Amino acid sequence: MPGANPTDLATATLPPKARSAHLLWWVNLALLPGIAVMVFTLGTAYLWQLAIAGALAVSIESACLLARGQSVRLALDGSAVVTALLIGISLPPGVSLWVLSLAVLGGVGLAKQLFGGLGHNLFNPAMVGYALVLVSFPAELAVWPADAITGATPLDIISHRQSQTFTEAVSSEQFGNWGGLPWQWINLAFLAGGCVLLVLRLARWRVVAGVLLALGAAAALTYDAGSSLSNGSPLYHWFTGATMLTAFFVATDPVTHPQSTRGQWLFGALVGLLIFVIRAYGSYPDGAAFAVLLANAAAPSLDHWTLTKTKDEPEAEDKHEDVA
Amino acid sequence: MAAEPNSLLLLLSALLVNNFVLAQFLGLCPFMGVTARRDTATAMAFATTFVLTLSAGLSYLLYHGLLVPFGLGYLNIIVFIVAIAGVVQFTELYLRHASPLLHQVLGIYLPLITTNCAVLAVALLAVQQELSLWQTLVFAAGAALGFVLVMIMFAALRERLSAQVPRAFQGAPIALISAGIMALGFMGFAGIDT
Repeated sequence: MPGANPTDLATATLPPKARSAHLLWWVNLALLPGIAVMVFTLGTAYLWQLAIAGALAVSIESACLLARGQSVRLALDGSAVVTALLIGISLPPGVSLWVLSLAVLGGVGLAKQLFGGLGHNLFNPAMVGYALVLVSFPAELAVWPADAITGATPLDIISHRQSQTFTEAVSSEQFGNWGGLPWQWINLAFLAGGCVLLVLRLARWRVVAGVLLALGAAAALTYDAGSSLSNGSPLYHWFTGATMLTAFFVATDPVTHPQSTRGQWLFGALVGLLIFVIRAYGSYPDGAAFAVLLANAAAPSLDHWTLTKTKDEPEAEDKHEDVA
Repeated sequence: MAAEPNSLLLLLSALLVNNFVLAQFLGLCPFMGVTARRDTATAMAFATTFVLTLSAGLSYLLYHGLLVPFGLGYLNIIVFIVAIAGVVQFTELYLRHASPLLHQVLGIYLPLITTNCAVLAVALLAVQQELSLWQTLVFAAGAALGFVLVMIMFAALRERLSAQVPRAFQGAPIALISAGIMALGFMGFAGIDT
């Protein structure tokens, strides 16, 4: 309801199971398959990065909780570690320590604790931290390990392929079949982990479906069988970059997506559509973080809009077109 | 950059990429001032849309029809301010007679638009970028829609702000931080207007 107390609304939004703290650790566990593949393909630097990010996040969270006179044990509820892992995964392996620290500080300190802690954040903490360093230090974040895929991610290659056709770029040796090696395997692993979340009902399936369907539909509508102007097939977009991670682990943060069922569909579709728009037409190779932040900002409006609409008229389909 | 930007890109640029509130930091007074409630934010946003588009067109006509022929281009700021104040007054007069209901809804927000720097900025930027009349109107419409978009999103967002926010950050500080994160999201649109 529009008049509902925002605090109640925020805590009520966590699925019943997630309220018991240890279930948040399941999210961390579900990230493990993807992390394992990333470490295997991109190098063990990832392990260090994730460990440091995790330790930093828990320390920052503890410091904030202490300063606010709350129990420090809350820092180990698993949520700070989820944020840290998501940031660690998003940053290229071997990124400078100060970039990593700034991202974690921006995520846990700025986007979560300043807004009142777990359940009160308006934006996804990990994506705030990541976007913060992405716009501040683009050069630092563009360096991916040379042995993995010659210094550029598949999205970079597609974005900056001069006159090459899409099919040529994709069939070149450094590329895999669907989303580019090793990204297709990483995405598959996150897809597998994400299914665990769906089974445990820690993530709303409507959000996930909305993201993947909208991204696939947008890619299918503009796909022209691989010319030099092509933006890539649906399969490519599903299995490259941060798609699966975003769809299953980021967009599904229960506090920052709408509560109404139709709102969740629209929210997911908005994320998927924005990812495609930014990838295909923007200057950033991957738009997942921005797409999630923008959709987070629109989430309260979507909730108001769908909750009031449900009563009078059940029409709610034209929203998709507005944003494109 | 191409000399003649096409209308759609011009619209997207003013609407998203160079959003007047979140990228150019113009019109922050109404953005922070009247977004505490959604209905006032919506009323203010639509009143501004109307005035902004109208005054940008009028400013174009005044600049190219009056100031340039007489070599008085340097007077543009003063003339535009008078034009904007005039448009606001006429809008108010017209609304009072034509639609008392709308006049009541917009109420005090109409005169406040006179001091919205985004309105003046649109007129000045359109002149600076040497846009044609049609392009000026598209540019103004994009700026106005971008204003409506962020006003409505931000008002709904502010209603969600929790009472658990640390006391030193309650009110304007956390609202500004939220606006900053929103602006961070809008930075993702960089490049879609080229």
